[in-house]
Amino acid sequence: MPGYYNTQHLTDFGKIADVTPELGKKFFDYYASVFADGALTAREKSLIALAVAHAVQCPYCIDAYTQDCQQKGADFEQMTEALHVAVAIRGGASLVHGMQMREQVQKLGM
Amino acid sequence: MNTTALSLRKVSEDLVNDRGTPRADRTLRRRCSPLASTAEQLRVLAAVPLEKQSARVEFETLAGELRPTELEIFQVNVGKLCNMTCRHCHVDAGPDRTDAVMSDEIIDQVIAAIGRTRAHTVDITGGAPELHPRFRDLVEAAVTASKHVMDRCNLTVLLLPRNKGLIDWFAERKVEIVASLPHHRRPNTDAQRGQGVFDRSIEAMRLLNAAGYGRGDPGRRLTLVSNPAGAFLGASQATAEREWRQSLEREHGITFDRLFVLNNMPISRFLDWLQQSGNLHAYMHKLVQAFNPAAVAGLMCRNTLSVGWDGRLYDCDFNQMLDLQIAMPEGAHISSFNEESWHARSIVTARHCFGCTAGAGSSCGGQTA
Repeated sequence: MPGYYNTQHLTDFGKIADVTPELGKKFFDYYASVFADGALTAREKSLIALAVAHAVQCPYCIDAYTQDCQQKGADFEQMTEALHVAVAIRGGASLVHGMQMREQVQKLGM
Repeated sequence: MNTTALSLRKVSEDLVNDRGTPRADRTLRRRCSPLASTAEQLRVLAAVPLEKQSARVEFETLAGELRPTELEIFQVNVGKLCNMTCRHCHVDAGPDRTDAVMSDEIIDQVIAAIGRTRAHTVDITGGAPELHPRFRDLVEAAVTASKHVMDRCNLTVLLLPRNKGLIDWFAERKVEIVASLPHHRRPNTDAQRGQGVFDRSIEAMRLLNAAGYGRGDPGRRLTLVSNPAGAFLGASQATAEREWRQSLEREHGITFDRLFVLNNMPISRFLDWLQQSGNLHAYMHKLVQAFNPAAVAGLMCRNTLSVGWDGRLYDCDFNQMLDLQIAMPEGAHISSFNEESWHARSIVTARHCFGCTAGAGSSCGGQTA
């Protein structure tokens, strides 16, 4: 194995359906429906995907949705703001756990 | 010296002294770039390895032979002179391009042909066509011949002192303004067209709105044309139009009638940019992978005649910029234009045509699929 991440994996992603075509088809059909224009526009969904991609730290998704956001008409500033939403939630999620720490400190301390 | 040549001197002096219009780039011609040669552009495109599902492909492999439908659009490119120098320009237009401007003789031949053609629309482009000394003669002739007239406008040209009053003049003649604006927000627009272009474009659109353009009146139609500021395809036209409406109205109080979304063609300055930025192979690959058979039927080359500044004829403005002349037995010049043999011909295609068939398709009238 050459390593853990390979850009070719993204290009070849569709091959994941080879072994279980029925499950693969269900997943990719569902995926396509999720990202279609709906109550949210395809551009808004792409910006959410970009933010989530950073939160789950998936390099494939970051590449894919950086391109997709640009193609859907989002600009650098909008994409960077979306990224900060992920950053704020990740940071906030850590910080809000501090409330548990506070409770323990207050309970155990004098 | 004729009228055009004399007045052209004054126009180019004005452009040299114009400190107001931002410029993003210099022309390939001025930089003496190898890509200023169309043969070199075709060579560079031909050298890109193109394949789909592991098989080598050419445009003709996927699209087959293209045949005309009806002649609807008579498109005249009056020359490469422009007050701007955008990074993606497929014309290599700019303020220094006085070498490629339609002469009086050709203007008169074009006017005569407009009087004879069955096409319902005369589409005037450039460069910035409004800088041509006989631009108004051409528009007037098309209006007199009862044609719908489209002016392909870069917006900033409307703010030049020499064009004061032009918007009202257009409005009186029901000329449709087809205005380039890459994006509804500042960053991408300025990146492609020059720092400050977005603000000047907004200013020009305010003037157009004030003259009744972009408010649903079919006699004063303002069409915006967007193209990507980078190596990616255009967004979905319908969705983008809704988002643009909201954004331009909310942020700037501006309205427009419709939006065309185009792809960038891998020729001229965009080809240069693709090469310089290391995006050429990936972009061509993207165009080929995104080939959409459904986009072929509505391609502009099937209902358009494209006339070059020197009177030569082409299937479209992109073929014109690559010197790929129309295949007609009488020869390809406006002085001998014969509409019957226009119908009988096959359309000349090459690799750049993948730009028009990618994704939702792309033509002078927007997306085609």
